[in-house]
Amino acid sequence: MDNRELTIHSWDLRQDILDIVMAGGGGHIGGDMSVLAPLLLLYKRHLCVTPETVDDPNRDRFVLSKGHSMEAYYAVLCDCGFLELEDVKARFNKLGSPYIGHPHNVLPGIEMNSGSLGHGLPICVGMALAGKMDKRDYRVYTIMGDGELAEGSVWEAAMAASKFGLDNLCAVIDRNRLQISGSTEEVMPEDPLDRRWAAFGWNVLSVDGTSIDALDVAFETAKTVKGRPTVIVSNSVKGYGSPVMENKAGWHHKVPTAAEYEQIKADFLRGKEAAQHVQ
Amino acid sequence: MSNKIPNRQAICETLMEHAKNDRDIVALCSDSRGSASMTPFFDAFPEQSVEVGIAEQDLVGIAAGLASCGKKPYAFSPASFLSTRSYEQCKVDVAYSNTNVKLIGISGGVSYGALGMSHHSAQDIAAMAAIPNMRVYLPSDRHQTKKLMEALLQDQKGAYIRVGRNTVEDVYTEENCPFEMNRATVLREGTDVLLVACGETVRPALEAAELLAGEGISCTVLDMYCVKPLDVETLLKYASSAKLIVTVEEHAPTGGLGSMVAQQIGEHCPRFVKNLSLPDAPVITGTSREVFNYYGLTAGGIAKSIKELLK
Repeated sequence: MDNRELTIHSWDLRQDILDIVMAGGGGHIGGDMSVLAPLLLLYKRHLCVTPETVDDPNRDRFVLSKGHSMEAYYAVLCDCGFLELEDVKARFNKLGSPYIGHPHNVLPGIEMNSGSLGHGLPICVGMALAGKMDKRDYRVYTIMGDGELAEGSVWEAAMAASKFGLDNLCAVIDRNRLQISGSTEEVMPEDPLDRRWAAFGWNVLSVDGTSIDALDVAFETAKTVKGRPTVIVSNSVKGYGSPVMENKAGWHHKVPTAAEYEQIKADFLRGKEAAQHVQ
Repeated sequence: MSNKIPNRQAICETLMEHAKNDRDIVALCSDSRGSASMTPFFDAFPEQSVEVGIAEQDLVGIAAGLASCGKKPYAFSPASFLSTRSYEQCKVDVAYSNTNVKLIGISGGVSYGALGMSHHSAQDIAAMAAIPNMRVYLPSDRHQTKKLMEALLQDQKGAYIRVGRNTVEDVYTEENCPFEMNRATVLREGTDVLLVACGETVRPALEAAELLAGEGISCTVLDMYCVKPLDVETLLKYASSAKLIVTVEEHAPTGGLGSMVAQQIGEHCPRFVKNLSLPDAPVITGTSREVFNYYGLTAGGIAKSIKELLK
């Protein structure tokens, strides 16, 4: 699947996410939509792991640090054959279901539990360190939310990754500029984000987080950087794909009404048609 | 005192013995290698050592990441910080994600006597034991510490181990240190009182039993180093015939060994349980020994409490 096909396909997954949220009556749809592009691209092209290699010591590792974007993760894991979409939709959020609102490592393909923010990067530092110790060439990826960066543990790990020269580690920040209470810059300012990470010794790549092409270049570039970790600032849009949700903090974890569902579904179809017309 | 080796040093020595042949053993410190007696390990095995700086959350998170890739990490930090500052990482990254991280709480209890409440860990048993899938161990001397570490090296699950900073008198000898994983050690059998202790209170509890024996009071003494999973079977075996049950711990009165023992006794063979512990208040300033003495956690203090209770 090339970048154009992947972009078109991403609209199908947006619909899957919407259906998962509706089926479970919950979720974090705003962040699901902003994180989908880098998440899908990772699994489809850059992350070397398949349902057959989930226990291979040489597999690439991924931790969804912004664990509340779980519906997007379910859609991607289903699309890549780790899980069954119909089973996820049938049991998401239900009593006793393994399909809960955050990553749960009883499920195939999920390395570590998350949910509480600021945990993913320290864990990935440990995974990347283990790779260096064992002289394995796997890579380690995590995706964090931008609101998550207020957690001090993120910066503890940022220092450590730099100290240990973890060039096998690539962090993605889903920079949608909104968190549950409103603008990240009002809640706890993060700009100049690029300079902050650079000051911690990271290679920083800032790209359009809605563009599969731009993200693809960034992931490829990160693989070539030696001696330091890379952070990709994925400048995204919360609720991306439908004007009903886009750039609205209230859609952090809102469940669409029936009317909103129909509107969002129509918007996704239009998005897909537009992507199909791009040559 | 005849013994010169603190329990923390016994941990380092045991890990060094095994690290030579097992490159997956990794030690992590948070600017705590001196306090942990781990400097010899870091010097001998630099490629199996990780220094994260004063960052306890990072310490445990990194350890969990290492464990998820097959490493056997031992994360050292003062018990006061490890059990509170990084509590969420212990809960989520170790227990919930089920990673093989051994959390070593050094300078536990009131080891840092005069440094104040910020440095005391009088809550760590309660905190750690409340986490599902987290085991809690408090070895009583250097010999038992070595046996415990050797057992932990063989398993693949997370655990919290608390040791003190100071050298303590031996309870066992190198030749005579009976140890069975997750089973209390019966140090003495008696008919009147059941004394249950863990960690650094085991030795004074044993000495108290000896004092009481001279006065015609016969005690069973259990070294309940395995606070979680608590050895309920051995506890109930002796509790059912005892006139009095007394627990002794270097911990706050809530949620520690005394609470857990009382819970089991209340459920299975109801009778009076007295918990000798630190108070539910900031601990008085002093050396560890002075603090123990002040709160009656010495042989004389324990014996006195028991005699009063038996009146």
